[in-house]
Amino acid sequence: MTDATPFTRPKYVGTPVRRLEDPRLLTGRGRYAADIQLPRMVHLAIVRSDQAHARIIGIDTDEARALPGVIGVFSAADFAHVPDIRAPSRMPNYQATSCPVLARDVVRYVGEPVVAIVAVSRYIAEDAAALIDVDYDPLDVAVAAREASDPAAPRLHEELESNTVFTRRFSAGDCAAAMDAAANTVSGQFRLTRKTSMSTEPRAYVAEHDVGKDVLTLYGSTNVPGIVRDAIGRLLELGGNRFHVVAPDVGGSFGGKGSLYPEEVIVSDLARRLERPVKYVADRMEELTSGSQAFGEEVEATLAFDDDGRFIALDADILGDVGAYSIYPWTAALEPVQVAGFMPGPYRIPHFSATVRGVCTPKPPTGPYRGVGRPMAVFALERLVDKAASRLGIPPAELRRRNLVNAEEFPHRTGSGIVWDRSGFQECLAAACSAVDLTALQAEKARRTDKWVGVGVASYAELTGIGSRISVAPGMPMNTGAETAAVRIDSTGAVSAVFALASHGQSLETTLAQIVAEELGVRPRDVAVVQGDTALAPHGTGTYASRSAVIGGGAATKAARALAVKVKRVAATLFGVDPSDVQTGNGDIFVPGTNHSIDFPELARLVYSDMSTLPQEARETLEVQETYDPVFGTTTSSTHVAVVEIDPETLHTSLRQLVVSEDCGKLINPMVVEGQVHGGVAQGIGVALLEELKFDDAGQPITATLADYLVPTSAEVPDIDVVHVETELPDNPGGFRGMGEGGTIGAPAAIANAVADAVAHLGVEVNSLPITPNKLHALIAAASRQEGQE
Amino acid sequence: MTGKARITLTVNGEPFEAEVEPRMLAADFLRDELGLTGTHVGCEHGVCGTCTIMMNGVSARSCLMLAVQLDGAEVQTVEGLGTIRDMHRIQEAFHEHHALQCGFCTPGFLMTVCDILESLPLRTDAEIRDALSGNICRCTGYDHIVKAVRTLVDERDGAAS
Ligand code: FES
Ligand code: FES
Repeated sequence: MTDATPFTRPKYVGTPVRRLEDPRLLTGRGRYAADIQLPRMVHLAIVRSDQAHARIIGIDTDEARALPGVIGVFSAADFAHVPDIRAPSRMPNYQATSCPVLARDVVRYVGEPVVAIVAVSRYIAEDAAALIDVDYDPLDVAVAAREASDPAAPRLHEELESNTVFTRRFSAGDCAAAMDAAANTVSGQFRLTRKTSMSTEPRAYVAEHDVGKDVLTLYGSTNVPGIVRDAIGRLLELGGNRFHVVAPDVGGSFGGKGSLYPEEVIVSDLARRLERPVKYVADRMEELTSGSQAFGEEVEATLAFDDDGRFIALDADILGDVGAYSIYPWTAALEPVQVAGFMPGPYRIPHFSATVRGVCTPKPPTGPYRGVGRPMAVFALERLVDKAASRLGIPPAELRRRNLVNAEEFPHRTGSGIVWDRSGFQECLAAACSAVDLTALQAEKARRTDKWVGVGVASYAELTGIGSRISVAPGMPMNTGAETAAVRIDSTGAVSAVFALASHGQSLETTLAQIVAEELGVRPRDVAVVQGDTALAPHGTGTYASRSAVIGGGAATKAARALAVKVKRVAATLFGVDPSDVQTGNGDIFVPGTNHSIDFPELARLVYSDMSTLPQEARETLEVQETYDPVFGTTTSSTHVAVVEIDPETLHTSLRQLVVSEDCGKLINPMVVEGQVHGGVAQGIGVALLEELKFDDAGQPITATLADYLVPTSAEVPDIDVVHVETELPDNPGGFRGMGEGGTIGAPAAIANAVADAVAHLGVEVNSLPITPNKLHALIAAASRQEGQE
Repeated sequence: MTGKARITLTVNGEPFEAEVEPRMLAADFLRDELGLTGTHVGCEHGVCGTCTIMMNGVSARSCLMLAVQLDGAEVQTVEGLGTIRDMHRIQEAFHEHHALQCGFCTPGFLMTVCDILESLPLRTDAEIRDALSGNICRCTGYDHIVKAVRTLVDERDGAAS
C-alpha cells in the first residue's frame, strides 16, 4: 500500500455557508401561517376591549349574528369548558393571575379579547365585529406601576391580595454596611419605557381538525411550538398524538411570538367545534395593543466604590410594570427578576442587595423580549459606572478595566448567584476600544460647535444556552434545559436532522446542517433540517433565550457523531478493515490510500435493501437520537462602543459609529453571527432612541400604528463593526456560546452613555430611554431653569 | 356586499380577469384570490413596505390600494422576479450578502430595489439608506441589505460606464 495522501476533510463549522433557507424566501415561495389556505376555511375576527379596566354589563351580538356569512359569535360563556390560562411559579409569595381566553365579567386592558367572530371571510368577520355592542361599566385604574403598587390603589384582580404579585430580595455580603463605609457613591433612577418586539410578520394562526382521524393541527407563527402544544393540549384535554403544533416560516419574533396567546387556544378549539379550518391573522393595531410587551421597568440604584475606582457595593430597587396578566409560561417574574439577576454585571462587586417587585397594571402583559432583563440591568449599571468614572476623573474604559472579572478569576459568582465561566470580559473591552480612536474623538468633541459629539461604552455578560439546573424564567416550573436531535440516513442515503427547535430568522436550517454535515462527512446541502413541527420532533420546547446553537447544536453534534460511528462500523465490515481506518467526507465513506470508497446512497442500499452483501447483524439502522442538556449555561460577553452626534438645533441624535466586540465561542457561521449582531443592535438603537409604547392616564394606548410607534429604518442605523474575540472555548459539545440577543443588551447602554457624554456640558443626565428629541429638550430646559435659579 | 367590479390586469406576465368587491385591498386580491402569497402584509397602513409590488414599472404599496385600482395595470410581484432555479440578480445579491433572516420583509425590499436601481443614482451608501428607508426590516439591522444594494449599484454603473 502506498502512502495515503493526507486527506483534509472540508470544514463547514466556522465558514460563511450561504443559507439553505434563502431560495424559497427570496422568491416568494416561503410559507408563513397567513399564507395557508385550506378548503372550507373560515376566518376569525376579535372584538377587543376599548376600556383599560371595566365590568362587562352586557354584550349584544344579535345584529352580528344576523349578518349573512357569519358562522358564529362567541364570548366567555362559550368557552366555559376551557380553563383560564395561569402561569404557575415556584417563587414564594407569588400570586398567579387567571386569564380567560375571552374576557369574563371584567376587562383589564385595552386590546383584551372579548368576543370572537367566525365568518366566511375576514371582511365579513370584521363587518360583524363592528356590529357588536359591549356595554361596560368603567372601574378605577392605576395606570402607572408606582401608583398601582400602592396598597390603597384600585385592585386589578379582585381575587388577589394586591396588585403587587411578587416581591423578591437578593443579598450577598453586607451591602448596607459596605455602602456606609465606602468613600464614594453614585446613584440614579433609571427607566426603560414599554416597548414591543414588532416583528414584521403579525401573529397568524390556522387550526385544522382532521375529523376522521381526530387530529387537530395548529399552524402558528410561534417560536415555542413545544410549549404551545403542551399548554393547549392541557387546556383542551388533547394528547400530543391528537394535537400538533407546526411553526411554518415565521417572520421574526424577538420574544413576541414566544408565549401562549388566547387566540391560539380559540382557533384550536373552534376548528374542532366547527369542523372547519379556522384562520386568524392579527393586524398591526392588534399587535401593538395585544402582543406581548417588553420592559416597563424602573430601577433605583446606588454604586459604592473606593478612591481607586474599585467597586464595593451595589444596591438596587426594581419595579416591574408587568401588565394585566402573568404571561404563560414565563410568568410575570421573567423580566423584573432577571433585571436583579443581571444587575451586578461582569464586574467584581463584593456586596450586593436588590429588591424586585412586579405590579399588575391595566396594560397588555409583558413577556419575553430580546435580552430579557439584561437591557435594563446593563443600562442602569453602565450609567452608574460612567457616573463613577466622571466623579473620579478616570476614563470610563479604564474604570471598567479595573473592575471587570479577570481571566484568572473565573468561575466568578456574582452577588445575585449567577456563575460566569471563562469568557473574554477584558478582551472584549480592549478589542472594542481599540476599534475606536478615543483620543481623536475627545479632540473633536472639544473643537466642534456645530454638533455635540459623545462616546459611550457598555460592557456586559449574559448567560446563554441555559441547562436544566436553572430556570430560564425565575421560578418557572418547566424544564427548558434540553433539546433532542434525531439524525437519520434513510434508504436513499439522504440525511435528515429533526429538532424541536423553531427557527424564525436564526438560520438554523443552515447552521444545524453545517454541524451535522461536518460531523457526519456530508455536505451541508445534503442535510435536510426538519424543525418547528411537534408531530415530527422528539421532545423539545423551541427557539428562544439564545439556546438553539448551544443546546440544539450540542444535540446535533452528539447525534451526528454517534451516527458517524455507526456509518464507519458498517463500512468497516464491508471493507474488511478496522472501523478506525474508515473516514467520511464530502458525501463519501472511504479508507484513505485504498480504493475502498462508497457513497452514502450505496451504504444505505446495502444496509436497508440488499439482503446478502452484509451479514444481518452488520445492517444497523442508520439513525441516532441524542439529547443534550448543558445543566448550567455558558457565558457570552461583549463590549459595545457608540459614537453619537446631536444637532443642537433639532436635538436629533444620529449614530455615527457602533462597534461590537463579542466572545460567543466558536462561530458556526460568521456571516450569520454578524447578521444577528446587526439586527440586535438595530433593536437596541430602537430602545435607546425611538421605541416607546405610550398610554394615557386612562390606560388608553396612544401608539397603535407604526406612524406612532417608531422603529429604526435604514436611515437611523449606521454601519456596525463586529469584532469577534475568541478566548477559551466553553465546555459543551460544539464549543458554542449563544449570541442572538446580545446586540439589544449592550447597544441601549452604550448609546445612552454616548448621549450623556454629548450633553454633559449642559448639566443633563440620561436616565430614561428612549431619549427622544422631545425628552432631551425637556431635560435641557429643566437644567437651564435650574441654573437660572441658582 | 353588493356590486362586484370586473377588472382585467396582467400579473407577472399572465393575464387575469376577476370580479372583486370594490373594497377589496390589492394585497388581499393578490394573496387570497390569485394565491400569490409572496407579497406580504405587515401593517396595512402604508408604513412597513412589506406589501410593495411593481405596478406599471413603479413600486407601489399594495396595502394602500384597492384591487379595482389594478384594473388595466401591469403588475409584478416577487414571484415574477426570479425562480428558485433561476434567481434574479437582485435575489442573488441578497443571498450572497445574507441580506435576509426571517424573510418576511424581503419581497418588499426586493421590489423596492427593482425600482430604485432603475430610478436613482444611489452614489453613496447614505443615498442607498435613504432610498430603502420606506421599508422596515426588523431582523438584519440593514447592514447586509445596504451591502447587497451597493454591489448591485456598482454592477449597474460598471456596466453603464
Ligand atoms: S403592509 Fe403595506 S406598507 Fe405595511
Ligand atoms: S428579514 Fe426579518 S424583517 Fe427583514
